[in-house]
Amino acid sequence: MQPLQLGSPNQQVFSDTLLAMAEESRNLLVVTSDSRGSGRLVAFGKRLPDQIVEVGIAEQNLVGVAAGLAAAGKCVYAVSPACFLTARSLEQIKNDVAYSDHPVKLIGISAGVSYGALGTTHHSLHDFAVLQAINNIDIVAPADNFETRRCAGVRHAPQTTYIRLGKKAMHRLHTPDTPFAIGRAIPVRQGSDVAFLATGETVETAVQAADALAERGVSAAVLSIHSIRPFDEEAVLKMAKQVQAIVTVEEHSVLGGLGSRVASLLLQAGVTPRLRIVGIPDEYTWTGSQQDILNTMASRRRVGGDGGRLA
Amino acid sequence: MAIPMLNSELEHKSIQYRKTILTSIAHAGAGHTGGSLSCVDILNVLYNQVMNVDAGNPSWPQRDRYIHSKGHSVEALYTVLADKGFFPAEMLATMGRSGSHWVGHPTRKVPGVEQNTGALGHGLSVAVGMAIAAKQDGLPSRVFTLMGDGELSEGSIWEASMSASYYKLDNLVVIIDRNTLQITGRTESVMAQEPLAARFEAFGYAVRTVDGNDIAALLDVFAQAPFAAGKPSLIIARTTKGKGVSFIEDAVDWHHHVPTSAELAIALDELAQAEQRVQDSYATSTTR
Ligand SMILES: Cc1ncc(C[n+]2csc(CCOP(=O)(O)OP(=O)(O)O)c2C)c(N)n1
Ligand SMILES: [Mg+2]
Repeated sequence: MQPLQLGSPNQQVFSDTLLAMAEESRNLLVVTSDSRGSGRLVAFGKRLPDQIVEVGIAEQNLVGVAAGLAAAGKCVYAVSPACFLTARSLEQIKNDVAYSDHPVKLIGISAGVSYGALGTTHHSLHDFAVLQAINNIDIVAPADNFETRRCAGVRHAPQTTYIRLGKKAMHRLHTPDTPFAIGRAIPVRQGSDVAFLATGETVETAVQAADALAERGVSAAVLSIHSIRPFDEEAVLKMAKQVQAIVTVEEHSVLGGLGSRVASLLLQAGVTPRLRIVGIPDEYTWTGSQQDILNTMASRRRVGGDGGRLA
Repeated sequence: MAIPMLNSELEHKSIQYRKTILTSIAHAGAGHTGGSLSCVDILNVLYNQVMNVDAGNPSWPQRDRYIHSKGHSVEALYTVLADKGFFPAEMLATMGRSGSHWVGHPTRKVPGVEQNTGALGHGLSVAVGMAIAAKQDGLPSRVFTLMGDGELSEGSIWEASMSASYYKLDNLVVIIDRNTLQITGRTESVMAQEPLAARFEAFGYAVRTVDGNDIAALLDVFAQAPFAAGKPSLIIARTTKGKGVSFIEDAVDWHHHVPTSAELAIALDELAQAEQRVQDSYATSTTR
């Protein structure tokens, strides 16, 4: 296996793509809540000051204002740390955006435990769970720069979309001609013994684990489930029928995220390979860097056999 | 009650605190430098002269409460709590390390911390709850909370303010770290906060404005609280973000910039000079 090549942080790729799109369309607006630094939108603000609406440190207002702008026909990206965006502003997301059917793009930055040692206030381990329980929002977590670039282009989709981005530089997983569509899982590795179903930044870790397993003679498949909703039931069921074991991987609580979604699908379809849900356990979150947190988590939840640490 | 200290002793402490803040942030490789340096004089005066707290008995029911609503400036809080003896100063070296409770925002796992903060705009509501409870229980406790000026954009602060005056919480003292900067830039260009005093007055506070980096001025204003019977008190503490180090002062980039070892050395040197000046002026004033 070729070692994976390091690219840029998904947040950077997203903001570069956003700037390119905004230069083409004056109708595209970005709404920020003192978040343009972490959202890597400083250059955007300098270049297109009329296309950035700043609300100050007020995430509820951010989402409400975004809803109003979208109602008036603007193409709106509301950018704020995932932890605040999907907790503080949850009611605005539910009522003002999703229920009222305004196609706002909610961009959750520094998601999961990207903020590491800043602690639990800054972690978003609940966003898949709460947003899945709210009807009418697509939920997307791109794995690498390619997926990020492609999902940034959802601007013409009439659908409300939450896009979950991380802060660290990501490895390249796909070639530029890989087919991409919201709601379609992407196979990253083929395999017949075990399958890793991973989402967002954890896909590259699953790929590393699969490659390590391959050296030990275990054939491991990897699917990048960038869309938590719409969910690619077909691809997951197909995969579950061809392997002995499924390991879901996510930088999210083990409750209410990808793992729960897969378990509920498989059980109800009567397809029951062995299943292991890897994520952040339901405990007081360990503190330290993103990597420390993932390592600690993984040492509690080992991937069967010699799979080793997940992070 | 706190043992009275000379202003020069407190000024000396502020300088020591600034050194500890900078050293800890450099050691941890992360931290909120500007906001910790802007508010540390306020914490110094509160913990050393104003509040009734006992490090040996941190859950003493009669104690005064302090909530660090601008939780990102955690290094200032940890530094002062360590100096007060709530925990050994060595713990500061574990900041941000794997498994340490000394994380980048205050948590109650750290002795002396009353409330977990870090998401802005929460502290005041919790303080209001504590102040109502103290009144109901007939306790002498006062409740203090410190907020950033950028933080004031959060709507929850205004909800809490309404209840603070409705419940006539004259045992509540709210302090605004008015350093005029937030992450993106000047508050007045990101989201204007003026007319600040008038807004808070309209919400029912008795308001005072003070130089928030001046020990004597802070001692004086806290001594006057409550400013009016039956009203919550609010202090607009005009501060300089990054106060005490020339190249960090009033510099937007230093919100969470971490000093390099070279920058740390210059900063510590500047602070050593400031310390010398405090000592010199103290020596002249006592010989006179
Ligand atoms: C709810 C919430 N939104 C955003 C942030 C990110 N954040 C941390 S500090 C900060 C700027 C704070 O500015 P200010 O209140 O003026 O603090 P100071 O200047 O004293 O550092 C922001 C936006 C946060 N911690 N909480
Ligand atoms: Mg400020």
